[in-house]
Amino acid sequence: MKRIGVFVCHCGINIAETVDVKRVAEEAKEMEGVAYAQDYIYMCSEPGQTLVREKIVEEKLDAVIIAACSPTLHESTFRAAAEEAGLNPWQCEIANIREQCSWVHTDREKATNKAIHIVATIVQKTKLNESLEPIPVSITKKALVIGGGIAGIQAALDIADSGYKVILVEKESSIGGHMAQLSETFPTLDCSQCILTPKMVAAGKHPNIELMTYSEIEGIHGYVGNFKVLIRRKAAFVDWSICNGCGLCMEKCPAKVSSVFDRELAKHGAIYVPFPQAVPNKPVIEQDSCIYFKSGQCRLCEKVCEIGAIDFEQNDQFVEEEVGAIITATGFETLPVADLAEYGAGDVPDVIDGLAFERLLSASGPTVGEVKRPSDGMVPKEIVFVQCAGSRDPERYKPYCSKICCMYTTKHALLYKHRVHDGQPYIFYIDIRTGGKGYEEFYQNAEEEEGIIYLRGKVAKIFRDGDKTVVWGTDTLTGRNIEIAADLVVLATAVIPKDSTAELAQKLRIQTGPNGFLAEAHPKLRPVESINSGFFIAGAAQGPKDIPETVAQASGAACKVISLFSRDHLEQDPAIAWVDEDLCGGCRICISVCPYDAREYDEEQGIALVNEALCEGCGSCVAACACGATQQRNLSDSQIKSMVTASLGGE
Amino acid sequence: MSEKTGLAPSKSPPIRLTRETVNAGFKKRVDALSGQHTDACYQCGNCSSGCPLAQEMDILPNRILRLAQLGQSDDIINSCSIWICASCFQCTVRCPKGIDIQAVMDALRQIAMDEGIDHFGPDQISPELAASVPQPGLVGVYRKLAT
Ligand SMILES: Cc1cc2nc3c(=O)[nH]c(=O)nc-3n(C[C@H](O)[C@H](O)[C@H](O)COP(=O)(O)OP(=O)(O)OC[C@H]3O[C@@H](n4cnc5c(N)ncnc54)[C@H](O)[C@@H]3O)c2cc1C
Ligand code: SF4
Ligand code: SF4
Ligand code: SF4
Repeated sequence: MKRIGVFVCHCGINIAETVDVKRVAEEAKEMEGVAYAQDYIYMCSEPGQTLVREKIVEEKLDAVIIAACSPTLHESTFRAAAEEAGLNPWQCEIANIREQCSWVHTDREKATNKAIHIVATIVQKTKLNESLEPIPVSITKKALVIGGGIAGIQAALDIADSGYKVILVEKESSIGGHMAQLSETFPTLDCSQCILTPKMVAAGKHPNIELMTYSEIEGIHGYVGNFKVLIRRKAAFVDWSICNGCGLCMEKCPAKVSSVFDRELAKHGAIYVPFPQAVPNKPVIEQDSCIYFKSGQCRLCEKVCEIGAIDFEQNDQFVEEEVGAIITATGFETLPVADLAEYGAGDVPDVIDGLAFERLLSASGPTVGEVKRPSDGMVPKEIVFVQCAGSRDPERYKPYCSKICCMYTTKHALLYKHRVHDGQPYIFYIDIRTGGKGYEEFYQNAEEEEGIIYLRGKVAKIFRDGDKTVVWGTDTLTGRNIEIAADLVVLATAVIPKDSTAELAQKLRIQTGPNGFLAEAHPKLRPVESINSGFFIAGAAQGPKDIPETVAQASGAACKVISLFSRDHLEQDPAIAWVDEDLCGGCRICISVCPYDAREYDEEQGIALVNEALCEGCGSCVAACACGATQQRNLSDSQIKSMVTASLGGE
Repeated sequence: MSEKTGLAPSKSPPIRLTRETVNAGFKKRVDALSGQHTDACYQCGNCSSGCPLAQEMDILPNRILRLAQLGQSDDIINSCSIWICASCFQCTVRCPKGIDIQAVMDALRQIAMDEGIDHFGPDQISPELAASVPQPGLVGVYRKLAT
């Protein structure tokens, strides 16, 4: 008979307040197989772990049970402690009496009884636990970064600089993301292009980075260390391997297409690069807008291209790549103005969003940095900025704070004031949120010295009146409503996840949160990882974020990848499914239920095998197997049976 | 005090803001007379919280500053608050932005005097009351509330 030790944790008062931990330990001592039991205030602390280690030796224990918090928190901690004292780590089990007991109950008597049952259940499991060895898995030391905004660029550069290969996949034809659209950046007002383009160029030239722009993830399978990714390289209709980026085709193209990059404030041809500093600086033909594709006539670009790079016959290409880790950095977009009915639903020409205003302010934008309103090109003298447009509005729009708009709106008002000295900017806000290094100072200076009028209240309505755009708001600080006949209105629209994020997350099988942003494994302690191993997240795809935070998170995610790659091999949890080959009848039901494609049929033997590297130990096939051939290590049928009996209070 | 102390509008008409109203000069005049920078006020309300006479005022000190920022001169110079203010400096020592609110109040009183706004005249006092009030009190009232 195994000698089992039970260690009951108080978790401060987290457990001890609701559960009589001393009684749990006393009762545990009486259980068959338990040779030792004790309670302690913080089991996970150094003295707590020392206690476990000492007792393993002193009491000659064969297995230990820690009755404490969820195994997701400290299972690995205690298994390591047990191993140090000479036990096989799989002889250490956790009885969760916090999340599954003390936290969800108030009746001390009943909770204590339940805790005793939980411990008894785990004692039954532990009695039959086998000692296991982790399964070694090799690692492909090459990373995939999805999304070439500043987050993806930074992560790719950090990984590449440490000597590993990176594939950077970007949906658009150029990397850069939203940062490429910005004029100057808060709080220091350095020009966005000047700090971004060197990084874009570095990523484009880095020997360890393979850029795949105008590309998307088609499918993925595999597991941490060994993913296989199918990438679709969209047809650009230009042979990038010979195109020298001279731009002649773009000059001659007669088609007129609203520029997405310039927020529809400018037009370009059907063959275009989104902006002159693009990396790579190679054009694509937008099929839907190309006159030749629509009518069969034109091919002007082909005629002017002296090196013959135009290729109307090009098709999408599919490439398969093997990588060991994946960073998703697909960024954000903003709530369309059209969604905001009370602000004109996109029908009032002089109501624009923050990104459009960035383009108006940008020296390389459609107005070369002069602030001119879209309707008639007039320089606005009265300009209204509306914050929280669609944010912090749980009833109608988004419940969360978009975090970056307080700062960029102040920046907008300030840059406007620098360009239009006799103009008057007004900012409607609910709260000003400037948590960040130098941010509050930036805001206070703008309010104090730049003549910007801050009005505390939400704007109820915006409508057109002649050539004016009338704003109805309020100022709760005077207790009076405010009416402004403005020349231009700029909405700080809510930051939302990129539309394709949901689909991509589904393909990758990674989680998103309630608002569609990528979910992190732990909001505080694992902010750059997805819960699924091998997947990391960075930038605004995880939640609204400004550039400093985005870059920090990207470097964090890169470090996680580098630390993964620094190991010789990975260790897979061996507590997974296995097949008794004599019992398997080859019905293959397991193959149909496995969500991880870990079961495969062996034609020769006529049985279904387990791919140990893929199996996550979820138990689906174990439950489905009709002849009991598939079992889960350390959760065998007999273990489960005795656990159920114990949990119901039986012997 | 007479019933007419609260001279600020009892209704709440909207303020129609234009760059002219904001920059028409009232704020500049207040700033010049007081030597203060009204735009520095970020409306924390500390001046009002600490003001020992706040309960007697129709417009609290922070809101006086706020109205000045928006160029709303009429509301301010017709308010009783600027005359209730005892220049005790409680607000000034508390202001986290270093604004001397007392000096702003002084400037506003000067502007109100300049504009000839009387809150009190001999015709508003009955002979009986005049007889019962001590002389220095009457002098004080005239000095503070009449031009
Ligand atoms: C109006 C405005 C002004 C701002 N001003 C400032 C400022 O002054 N200072 C500051 O610090 N921050 C500012 N920001 C915030 C800044 O833009 C973001 O912090 C930053 O762009 C986030 O970078 P990112 O890489 O996470 O996302 P993004 O910039 O959105 O980049 C994501 C990239 O991923 C690509 N992508 C998306 N989906 C896929 C897919 N499925 N497959 C492949 N590729 C994909 C996109 O095409 C894009 O290139 C501002 C934001 C706005 C809206
Ligand atoms: S063929 Fe298409 S891309 Fe080429 S010039 Fe004509 S419209 Fe433009
Ligand atoms: S950052 Fe400011 S403007 Fe943006 S949603 Fe939050 S409070 Fe509103
Ligand atoms: S204490 Fe100063 S900053 Fe605060 S409301 Fe009064 S004047 Fe404004």
